[in-house]
Amino acid sequence: MNRRDSAIRLARSGRIVTMLSLVLLAGIYVRALVFTPIERTQGAAQKIFYVHVPSAWCAFLAFGVCGLLGIAYLWLKDRRMDLLASSSAEVGIAFGVIILTTGPIWGKPIWGHWWTWDARLTSTLFLFLLFVGYLVLRGVVTDPDLRARFSAVIGIMGLVLIPFIHLTVYLFRTAHPMPIVLKPSAPSLPNVMLVTLLLSFGVFTLLYVGFLMQRYALAILRDVREEELANAA
Amino acid sequence: MPSVSRAALAIAGKDIAIEWRTKTAIISGLVFAILVLAILYFSRDPTEVSDLAIAPGTLWVTFTFAAMLGLNRAFLLERERRAMDGLLLTPAPRSAIFWGKFLGNLMFVGTIEAVSLPLFVLFYNVPLWDKLPQLILVIAMATIAFVAVGTLLSAMVVRTRHAELMLPLLLLPFLVPPLVGGVQLTASLLNNRPLSEVWGWLKLIGAFDIAFVTVAALLFEVILDE
Repeated sequence: MNRRDSAIRLARSGRIVTMLSLVLLAGIYVRALVFTPIERTQGAAQKIFYVHVPSAWCAFLAFGVCGLLGIAYLWLKDRRMDLLASSSAEVGIAFGVIILTTGPIWGKPIWGHWWTWDARLTSTLFLFLLFVGYLVLRGVVTDPDLRARFSAVIGIMGLVLIPFIHLTVYLFRTAHPMPIVLKPSAPSLPNVMLVTLLLSFGVFTLLYVGFLMQRYALAILRDVREEELANAA
Repeated sequence: MPSVSRAALAIAGKDIAIEWRTKTAIISGLVFAILVLAILYFSRDPTEVSDLAIAPGTLWVTFTFAAMLGLNRAFLLERERRAMDGLLLTPAPRSAIFWGKFLGNLMFVGTIEAVSLPLFVLFYNVPLWDKLPQLILVIAMATIAFVAVGTLLSAMVVRTRHAELMLPLLLLPFLVPPLVGGVQLTASLLNNRPLSEVWGWLKLIGAFDIAFVTVAALLFEVILDE
């Protein structure tokens, strides 16, 4: 079967991309730990920043891709959009776990407590939970067409919800460090740290792509199998 | 579009008529709301936390739970004997089904809120009679938000296994902005804080209403069968 072969080929190249990014990730760790200066006030704890921030970027990228593919699916009615969207959501969950574990590890020594109900923490948590709900929903809908439409609806609504949750907690109160890289004026991070962070962004994005390729290949294989079973019955 | 509004009113009227004859959902919804109000009263250390301090949160948690109960029921009604197919076969435009259900749900949730609000005042000894108009405005705005998202999601989950489990899981993240806003606005009203302080929250809930009523109305047709 042609679709199966191309999926297996995709999985193989996804594995290569993932391996490559894992090797590069090791390089990032070495650079962050050995060749990047220790931050004056936060000490060694600040090192987690090079993992935490890029994985937050990847999780939001993954959920954003999922929502946009939802719109694309409703428009084009192409099954592959749905499979790719759900793969992206699942990879996003993996990065979400990294954010929600590395965050508290940093928060304990710096803030003095594991968790705070700050705007970004809260939006991340609710978004994470919403996408867990998205995956659970996919599990309880048996009809593939219905599943794709429902998933697209949740993905799109998630996109609309994020700014509202963010604003909600912002009005409540906020303690998270303010943006230091993506802000209107020049980044206030020393150059060495900025380079490490940007490299880390690149590597994490590559890791996302590698994961997504493999997960998408798996989704296609599963889809092919479901079709075969349906035809055999 | 007069035909959409007429069909929507007819669908809402049908739901209200069914409810009026059986009264099971509204009575269980009300009893549930009273139970939540009573149970939450004991969810604190009374020597440390005053009635007034937990009152706003209690009110909104009660509304949220009661709304969820009502929303779950909205489309379960149409699942029995495949009534939904009948609705889809009528010449009524698809969007009329959404607006009809939306109106019916607003009535249902609004009734539960209208009965539990006086009980809340009684149970928690809150002095709010002079701020009633403002509070009703806040409740109305948040209820529109609850019901818009809830109508869309309940139409969806009713066609899955474990509908009763799926609705809270998917709905609660969406209720965070109106719920938090409702609590903050109620607290400000009860403590006579200035309007400038609450203006941001009102704008937030208003924007949420506009965004999600639009999104829900647009996406509703997607989840119906072609």
